[in-house]
Amino acid sequence: MRIQVNGEFREVEAGTTVQELVAILKLRSERLAVELNNNVVRRADWEATILHEGGKVEIVHFVGGGFNANC
Amino acid sequence: MSTALAAETDLLKIGNRVFQSRLIIGTGKYRTFAEMKAAHLASGAEMVTVAVRRVPLDRSTESFLDHLDPTLAILPNTAGCYTAEDAIRTARLAREALDTDIIKLEVIGDQTTLFPDNEQTLEAARVLVKEGFTVLPYFTDDLIMAKKLLDAGCPAVMPLAAPIGSGLGIQNPANLAIMREQLPGATIIVDAGVGTASDAAIAMELGADAVLMNTAIAEAKDSAKMALAMKLAIEAGRLAYLAGRMPKRLYASASSPVVGVVR
Repeated sequence: MRIQVNGEFREVEAGTTVQELVAILKLRSERLAVELNNNVVRRADWEATILHEGGKVEIVHFVGGGFNANC
Repeated sequence: MSTALAAETDLLKIGNRVFQSRLIIGTGKYRTFAEMKAAHLASGAEMVTVAVRRVPLDRSTESFLDHLDPTLAILPNTAGCYTAEDAIRTARLAREALDTDIIKLEVIGDQTTLFPDNEQTLEAARVLVKEGFTVLPYFTDDLIMAKKLLDAGCPAVMPLAAPIGSGLGIQNPANLAIMREQLPGATIIVDAGVGTASDAAIAMELGADAVLMNTAIAEAKDSAKMALAMKLAIEAGRLAYLAGRMPKRLYASASSPVVGVVR
């Protein structure tokens, strides 16, 4: 099925969870936050949260920036 | 009074957090991580601000936070947000990632000036305060706006002194002086516009409780040296404010006794 991650379309298997997506993307999971369809998914809920076709995922971390850093 | 003594007894309070340093600094625009670290150390700052961004998916990235001294408090910001809605989402993500309730709220109104959109800022502040955030809002140096943000439950307000990254210094000292006088109990943190040490000292002499800066340090030729200069300027300005300056006079006033002059 097709989902969007940080604005890019991706194919993942049906039933993929947030936890699995983070692993598929090979992201270090500490100090990341995940949003699904504009709502934060708490870390404790990553494993139980299943992605659906057309789901919009945002995965963020922290970067250097005092002000308006458009990196 | 030594500056050490002043620092021990004169603390900066933001909500339920207490700091000895009245300098808060950014983490952007440094040429290298080593330079950033050296500047952070020299500044004596206890809190640094970081931005929230999408994780790049095409390459593995080290965590930027690993480059920060672990003793520093982290102040996530909503830099780059242009609507209340985006700022609220960003704040929620920051809270989830860092397990912190503090957020520097920035809602920008225009790309050229990076001036804040005060209306959207107030709207976002109201929502975030209700959700339990400690909201530090960046806004135009306007007393009425400061009052509204404090009424909304912000524990401190962060008026700009000049456009972000401009280094122009305190463009409207009267506005800061008025804000200080009219809001004697409020925590006022000058945010943006400082260019060099004297600007920071002036902000503190006008009664600001703290100064937040990034570019003035990061873009200095020697950022660690400038960080130290800022630390000293903040301390000097604070002491001068607490000491209470002499009144300005138009004419001279002799320092030596006028009697007993040899004639």
